[in-house]
Amino acid sequence: MYRTIASILAGAAMAVTSFASAGAGTLEDVKAKGFVQCGANGGNLIGFGATDENGAWTGIDVDFCRAIAAAIFNDPTKVKFTPLNAKERFTALQSGEVDVLSRNTTWTMSRDSSLGLQFVGVTYYDGQGFMVRKSLGVSSALELSGAKVCTQTGTTTELNLADFFRSHNMPYEVVAYEKNEEVLQAYEAGRCDAYTTDASGLYAERLKLTAPDDHMILPEIISKEPLGPAVRQGDDKWFTLVKWTLFALLNAEELGLTKANIDEKKTSDNPEIKRFLGIEGDFGQAIGLSSDWAYNVIKQMGNYGEIFDANIGPSTQLGIARGLNNLWSKGGIQYAPPIR
Amino acid sequence: MASLLNNPTVRGIAFQIVFVLVLGWLVWDIIDNTARNLQKANIAAGYGFLDRTAGFGIIQRMIDYTEASSYGRALLVGLLNTLVVAGLGIVFATILGFIVGVARLSSNWLISRTATAFVEILRNIPLLLQLFFWYFVVLRNLPGMRERMTLIHGIDLNIGGLHVPRLVPGEGLWLVAAAIPAAIAATAFVTNWGHERQDRTGDRPPIGTINLALIIGLPVVAFFIAGRPLGVDFPVFNETGPLLRRGFQAGTGLTIIPEFIGLLLALSLYTATYIAEVVRSGIQAVSKGQTEAAHSLGLRAGPTLRLVVLPQAMRIIIPPLTNQYLNLTKNSSLAVAIAYPDLVAVGGTVLNQTGQAVEIVSIWMLFYLGLSVLTSAVMGYFNKRAALIER
Repeated sequence: MYRTIASILAGAAMAVTSFASAGAGTLEDVKAKGFVQCGANGGNLIGFGATDENGAWTGIDVDFCRAIAAAIFNDPTKVKFTPLNAKERFTALQSGEVDVLSRNTTWTMSRDSSLGLQFVGVTYYDGQGFMVRKSLGVSSALELSGAKVCTQTGTTTELNLADFFRSHNMPYEVVAYEKNEEVLQAYEAGRCDAYTTDASGLYAERLKLTAPDDHMILPEIISKEPLGPAVRQGDDKWFTLVKWTLFALLNAEELGLTKANIDEKKTSDNPEIKRFLGIEGDFGQAIGLSSDWAYNVIKQMGNYGEIFDANIGPSTQLGIARGLNNLWSKGGIQYAPPIR
Repeated sequence: MASLLNNPTVRGIAFQIVFVLVLGWLVWDIIDNTARNLQKANIAAGYGFLDRTAGFGIIQRMIDYTEASSYGRALLVGLLNTLVVAGLGIVFATILGFIVGVARLSSNWLISRTATAFVEILRNIPLLLQLFFWYFVVLRNLPGMRERMTLIHGIDLNIGGLHVPRLVPGEGLWLVAAAIPAAIAATAFVTNWGHERQDRTGDRPPIGTINLALIIGLPVVAFFIAGRPLGVDFPVFNETGPLLRRGFQAGTGLTIIPEFIGLLLALSLYTATYIAEVVRSGIQAVSKGQTEAAHSLGLRAGPTLRLVVLPQAMRIIIPPLTNQYLNLTKNSSLAVAIAYPDLVAVGGTVLNQTGQAVEIVSIWMLFYLGLSVLTSAVMGYFNKRAALIER
């Protein structure tokens, strides 16, 4: 708690002093200090932003920050992570404490318009769901009338929850904790009938329960939660760079470029691949980088599909199917504008 | 002119004016600079958001609040929740603290050592850990939502909280309400009469007993005269039906949520240890000669403590006691860790939904500052009354 307030105050204090220096251009700042400062999830969200037993960061959000570092420095390790909770995250970005916020953050209109942020795109299409005990005998969220629901405070979740129960005229009670750990403990102790958060988070949290098989995730998704990275408003150059890093990851998957085959694809005759790899044209220069920036990203990190599979895909313990997050050409809605 | 420059009064005032001006300019500059920078960064500012619909639920509300209420009202709900837990915490911590403080000085080995152990253990564990302990350890050992543990008839405990009957005010309750200030006025009169009588005859009438009888008796008499205008709404427990419908029915009786109980318990016990030390040191600071003098005048142990030692000890106790009250109030902001919807918890949700960090933090700070200043003022009044009046 005190850390939160301290961070918010520090943010406010920096708001007083530091906007002038942020005006110098985030890319120049990043190049000068030699690393990208990335705001990540401090709540150990497996598969998205978490630290493993050795203290190393893992997750799809974290890997996106590494991709930015690869694009700029051709070195994915040139990134430092700031663990942030739901309340601290925007202030940390606004105040310049982090260069990019990649922390399973839902893109909403109010956040895009009145917080001084800009979302660059969607790294994961998510939606809010419910987890319940199988013993409760409930098979649909519409049967949760009168339920007590545990959730984390300071997220869009509380609002979606209220909207869902109100629109279906069902009474409910919300018990909102500051941290994920406490939400899970309280749910496990039986304080609540249901646990609600983004479905991706439910899959991750379920694994932390003592008997994951006694719990199930209900089929209803009650909200749209497009999760994506955000940057500060007013630095279009940095915004474009981060945005196209995401597009490069998606385009690479569409073009069939992977970490393993990208070197042999250098000899490809496909003009799209040639442009992507920087053999034709100099698209990198236009965003302040070298012409092989996209090659570096894929060589170091792999394409979007590879990052997805490595962190949250079917072969991981989370076992999330691609679903909406598949490419547009494969039944999903992930779509990137072309590089040309 | 030179004499005016060397005049210490004039110089003193001049320096103070300069200091106030510089301070004022600094504060103004911070506010102005923040406002301008927020604008430059395209962050909306101002308190207009307080009128917008909140849209989220709060588990404990002492005033009417629904999801359709405004952010301002949500903050008010949180504020009242803070006040009730801090207020009750102060009462419990004070009672327990005085008992333990006196017990530490007891000549009974077992009592004094038990009190010492209580103080040393609880004040040396961080409050947040105690909060988690009381909340999660107790929570895990309570019967589930569809079961109950009956303490006495009508009062049940389960993981949903303590379920107690709710009193429903009926018509004519104003008579009972009016009886309370009347009883208080009567006690003032009785006390006055008692002191006068003691001054005149040396005889001590049992003022305490009479006053207690008045405070309890008068409202009770009024209650029966008004025709018992108080209904009782018992919590309804459903044993059958679909699983989610079983357990205590929402809206019946009064539910004291476990988050509140856990927070109150942790705050009271933790602060009580400090108050106990304050009380003990206060009593020990009163010279032993006072006790001996009282004994030699024929006063027994009880009256000696009550009439001679404690009044003198209070002078020493009250200022540090004020600090403990302030600490307890501020510590109540740890509530968010265990989901108790206090001002900080609700404010955090509002902050996240609106993104108005500077505004919310300013509301937090103003509220805690105001509450602390108010507590200080009230305790300052008591301190003045307890202070030694020298003639």
